[in-house]
Amino acid sequence: MKVEQIAIFLENKSGRLSEITGVLADNNINIRSLSLADTADFGILRLIVDKVEKAERVLKEGGFTVGKTNVIAVEVPDRVGGLASVLKVLEKAQLNVEYMYAFVNKSGENAVMIFRFEETDEAIKILQDAGITILSGAQICAL
Amino acid sequence: MAIHYWEEEIETLPRIGLQSIQLRRLQHLVTRVYKTVKPYRDKMEEKGVRPEDIKSLDDLGKLPFTVKDDLRDNYPFGLFTVPLDEVVRVHASSGTTGKPTVVGYTEKDIDLWASVMARALACAGAHKGDMVHNAYGYGLFTGGLGAHYGVEKMGATVIPVSGGNTKRQITIMRDFGSTVLLSTPSYALNLADAMDEMQVDPTKLSLRVGIFGAEPWSENMREEVERKLNLKAVDIYGLSEVMGPGVAMECLHTTKGMHVFEDHFLPEIIDPESGEVLPPGEKGELVFTTLTKEAFPIIRYRTKDISRLIYETCECGRTLVRMEKVTGRSDDMLIIRGVNVFPSQVEHVLMGIEGVEPHYQIVVEREGNLDTMLVQVEVSGAVFSDEIRVLENLGKRIEAEIKDMLGVTCKVKLVEPRTIQRSEGKAQRVIDKRKI
Ligand SMILES: [Zn+2]
Repeated sequence: MKVEQIAIFLENKSGRLSEITGVLADNNINIRSLSLADTADFGILRLIVDKVEKAERVLKEGGFTVGKTNVIAVEVPDRVGGLASVLKVLEKAQLNVEYMYAFVNKSGENAVMIFRFEETDEAIKILQDAGITILSGAQICAL
Repeated sequence: MAIHYWEEEIETLPRIGLQSIQLRRLQHLVTRVYKTVKPYRDKMEEKGVRPEDIKSLDDLGKLPFTVKDDLRDNYPFGLFTVPLDEVVRVHASSGTTGKPTVVGYTEKDIDLWASVMARALACAGAHKGDMVHNAYGYGLFTGGLGAHYGVEKMGATVIPVSGGNTKRQITIMRDFGSTVLLSTPSYALNLADAMDEMQVDPTKLSLRVGIFGAEPWSENMREEVERKLNLKAVDIYGLSEVMGPGVAMECLHTTKGMHVFEDHFLPEIIDPESGEVLPPGEKGELVFTTLTKEAFPIIRYRTKDISRLIYETCECGRTLVRMEKVTGRSDDMLIIRGVNVFPSQVEHVLMGIEGVEPHYQIVVEREGNLDTMLVQVEVSGAVFSDEIRVLENLGKRIEAEIKDMLGVTCKVKLVEPRTIQRSEGKAQRVIDKRKI
């Protein structure tokens, strides 16, 4: 139920982002979702791609510092208060969200959010127990 | 552990006896150099000192220093004290900045060099029967040939493999059963990487001890080399202006300093700014006078290496003074807000943090009247995280540890890998943008 995410270290220099997307395009790797977090000095680019192993390899070969982490793709009702209802479940279970971002495509009527937790397995269990749908890597790549 | 000596009597001589030998040799040297080499005589006359003024070892401080530029100014053979037909070998520095420096050896010098190198090998526990893998470069550089003749003198087997062709080296190491490795510490790490690639298990090799020198290296690097190559790593010191490898050598009983073969190479520690001789035990620039060399003796040569002399007796029984691992170069010393800072200290901090690689660059600037120090550190895969917080904490931790070690506040900036040039060739570790 986990989704593999690629993270890349970026100095805040112009052109690096397009270099990364260029490398991936050259290798026929499709970016399904992308989020950039940054500070004054550096940034971390997080990607969900269709070919994780290959993306990791070609980026490393391109001289980037690359890491792979597990995240969770959660279906969120696409209505007012939809996200709040999910967050409420997490809050009640005292689960800390490290970060989250929206997935581009929808899953049927629902939006999809990517969540990063310290305790991934525990988070999956709690969300599922609360009746929230979690999507696999294959599922979200098919959206 | 049985202790191996090469020349036990002199290596364990009570210091008083050693000092009388040193004084006699020094007086003889100064007289000879004064008579035969004009540049030395001119400098001594300028300072108003004559050979007969050297009455005790303390009088050494009266003599003028010799610096690298003196060698360049007298290029190529101007400081030789014997006719060229007595010189059986020359070596030269690469001369990346300006003219190369040239040194020469008589037959007796070569023999002396082999003896001190054999002493160094014995310090590392090497003996007849060892298979010595000599990966120092052979050629104008003193490393390869200097070590080579010491191994032969000792009666061990030398494999003159020289530098480069790393995979072949590993095959040789495995097939010949190399027991002792001689190389630069960074090349030892290259060997470890290549072994990993070739899936050669270092615990299946016969390597027992590695003798590493010709570049500065830290305690953390020692730990890394020992772990990755499954051997004991010891430090050797030497420089071509003084002799080549075999000037000082760590024994197996301590990691606190290398025994200086001071019956031949007389060390001093001076303040790099004032040139004053510092009291025993203080840290400063290392200065050497060769006591017995014939073709190219040198008086009070400023090595630019920062070290300390340790006079406490060593467990191995050698009475020879120890020089602490070189911790920096007086050239590299930065004065930041009045504090002496060596780039090697920053490296030491970085190597001490799990996963951080010592790829860094220090940028010093002046804002108003205040010096600022920025340390750029490459982010390796081992410390990278997808979480901003984790990387920010890493930066803060490095800042705190540098402040702890150096007493200077700095800012750490995490940068992408390979932003900073690697140590093959000369990595620019410091950019000083201050206009002083
Ligand atoms: Zn010792």
